[in-house]
Amino acid sequence: EVDLDERFGELDLRNDSDIPDVPPSTDSTPEILKRALSGLSARWKNWWIRGILTLAMISMFFLIIYLGSFMLMLLVLSIQVKCFHEIITIGYRVYHSYDLPWFRSLSWYFLLCVNYFFYGETVADYFATFVQRREQLQFLIRYHRFISFALYLAGFCMFVLSLVKKHYRLQFYMFAWTHVTLLITVTQSHLVIQNLFEGMIWFLVPISSVICNDITAYIFGFFFGRTPLIKLSPKKTWEGFIGGFFSTVVFGFIFSYFLAQYQYFVCPVEYNSETNRFVTECEPSELFQIKKYSVPPLLQAVLGWESVNMYPFQMHSIALATFASLIGPFGGFFASGFKRAFKIKDFADTIPGHGGIMDRFDCQYLMATFVHVYITSFIRGPNPSKLLKQLLILQPEQQLNVYKTLKSHLVEKGILQPSLRG
Amino acid sequence: PTSDDTPEVLNRALSNLSSRWKNWWVRGILTLAMITFFFIIIYLGPMVLMMIVMCVQIKCFHEIITIGYNVYHSYDLPWFRTLSWYFLLCVNYFFYGETVTDYFFTLVQREEPLRILSKYHRFISFALYLTGFCMFVLSLVKKHYRLQFYMFGWTHVTLLIVVTQSHLIIHNLFEGMIWFIVPISCVICNDIMAYMFGFFFGRTPLIKLSPKKTWEGFIGGFFATVLFGLLLSYVMSGYRCFTCPVEFNNDTNSFTVDCEPSELFQLQEYNIPVVLQSIVGWKTVRMYPFQIHSIALSTFASLIGPFGGFFASGFKRAFKIKDFANTIPGHGGIMDRFDCQYLMATFVNVYIASFIRGPNPSKLIQQFLTLRPDQQLHIFNTLKAHLVDKGML
Repeated sequence: EVDLDERFGELDLRNDSDIPDVPPSTDSTPEILKRALSGLSARWKNWWIRGILTLAMISMFFLIIYLGSFMLMLLVLSIQVKCFHEIITIGYRVYHSYDLPWFRSLSWYFLLCVNYFFYGETVADYFATFVQRREQLQFLIRYHRFISFALYLAGFCMFVLSLVKKHYRLQFYMFAWTHVTLLITVTQSHLVIQNLFEGMIWFLVPISSVICNDITAYIFGFFFGRTPLIKLSPKKTWEGFIGGFFSTVVFGFIFSYFLAQYQYFVCPVEYNSETNRFVTECEPSELFQIKKYSVPPLLQAVLGWESVNMYPFQMHSIALATFASLIGPFGGFFASGFKRAFKIKDFADTIPGHGGIMDRFDCQYLMATFVHVYITSFIRGPNPSKLLKQLLILQPEQQLNVYKTLKSHLVEKGILQPSLRG
Repeated sequence: PTSDDTPEVLNRALSNLSSRWKNWWVRGILTLAMITFFFIIIYLGPMVLMMIVMCVQIKCFHEIITIGYNVYHSYDLPWFRTLSWYFLLCVNYFFYGETVTDYFFTLVQREEPLRILSKYHRFISFALYLTGFCMFVLSLVKKHYRLQFYMFGWTHVTLLIVVTQSHLIIHNLFEGMIWFIVPISCVICNDIMAYMFGFFFGRTPLIKLSPKKTWEGFIGGFFATVLFGLLLSYVMSGYRCFTCPVEFNNDTNSFTVDCEPSELFQLQEYNIPVVLQSIVGWKTVRMYPFQIHSIALSTFASLIGPFGGFFASGFKRAFKIKDFANTIPGHGGIMDRFDCQYLMATFVNVYIASFIRGPNPSKLIQQFLTLRPDQQLHIFNTLKAHLVDKGML
């Protein structure tokens, strides 16, 4: 029996030269485009393909936004599954592990488990009224963590039982590869959905800021680029980086101004049990009501105004755009390093001229986590209905204690008038 | 091969015996030493226990990372060791910050710097982690890319295993020391009992991964552990210091374990199912409800816990190491002793969250205080109506 561990496990990692090159990506450009562009030289042809596909992706983006939150959720889920598939496929190729027993089933099983855990938590929070009505769902929700853990454990035990002599190391590598991939793709996509439920603007502005930064950094680099930025990505330049930063902040600022006016983008997504649909209707919070800000004296000279009317959200958009321009690219560098480490040109061939889905989304991952942490730290308080639900589960003595504490707090703040009776 | 670091004392005392018995004696003595140590730190209280858990966690992390270095010959990678320890620090800061905020709420509110740190805790932790991430990207060196990514992945998986589990153990500890002691002792008991049953009665091999394990040991260990769990829980449920949640007393600035024992720890009369009545001869039995839970805990420790041990065995075979390290003579490294415990800690935590504990009242109050006044009023009125309904008001 061939000891795969001996063959592929003892890779000499002192330099990266030992990995066989992955076969060059096939050209999957559609026939139509090829004929239309057959006249142009190779460089311009590439430029046109990338340009057309960029426009196609942006149009699809707008179409999905129009179709609403539910479609967006499905889109995020599909992207997540595709990213997971792309990264796992790279793992298979690196480790030549297509023939490992059970392994593909186990990877997809773990993906299912982790998704079940995360989406179960989301459903419980946001679809509370929907869930209350159905008995079976009640049971699943109440013991959700236990059920998810049991499912995961089943996968873990299956992994242990599937360990085969002479393949141990390979199997452990793939196990770890799967878990790290899950950590990256599934948690981020879950955070993206949480941001979406906060209000579509929290989904749109970050994603478009990253895309804008990509495009404007490329354009500034194309026209003014001179000083290289980082050895990992030789095509990036400092001029592109800084130019992209300023354009993205301005873009984010203007884009937020437009979006902040519409309830459709600004309101938290809620599920209406009667109509069985998602609704985005509410009283816009303070963030989305125009306020008068005094322009600092420095800028007054430049702009010539003394005060300006804008939405408080636009200040937050500056923070988001700054992160997208300054730290987001590190996600791109990480992906570049990863591709060099495993000697691949692109993650996959899904999008002609652009590579795989992961290639487009590498910068988005850090952004999604940042937006989520930002919202929980600076914007959103706890969810009142969730808090109420937990209060009602407490023991009666605990409820009484909490009631007394709350009462004294409210009286102190003057929100409640002290009554003569307890 | 591991070097023999048995202390000189033991070596001399056992110099006459044959090597097989010598090994048995060394293991036996060290086992007793570890169990005694366990009792001592229980006696010393929750704070010392927390610190021990922290030290064990750091040592386990160190052991696994060292194996990574050995496998990948990566001692000379730039920045790498610093980055690994930095990530350990970040993740610990995040988890312990959350714990401190939950359990030491009043202490935190009093001190101004702590209050700010706790209010923006997630943001600060994320910023710290991001700094490490950016440092990693900036430290990537041509021709070493793959090695660096492997070590990055290795570090993160290790953190996932080691730090999250130790954090869950501390959560279990705060629920009540009995939730810390019973699971850990069940795993230890299962280890010892399965070994003994295997030694005396072992015949049918259990799994190719660990040739020394047998079905007889597995099943014998299962029944012995369930029985042990029942007895230990019975003894411990009688004492408040084990059953009460650990709380921090602001006035004395120390940990206290004093409370009205919950229903779980009050003797109740149970009817014995008819099947067992003929065997046992009693119609009813008085026991603590917690003992029923202990059956679930010991069952998990005996049936699923060993999979953690098989996982570690597979890992050692995969990377061709005999033990994780040489810390404990005759037993290997700290990880060797704790491999079965990790699944147990998560299980106990999930079990408590699902079947035992309700939400934490002080945490709820804390969240309530951050709401807007109109939301606060709405919740207050709903709670009031609920209590009036129940006749409490």
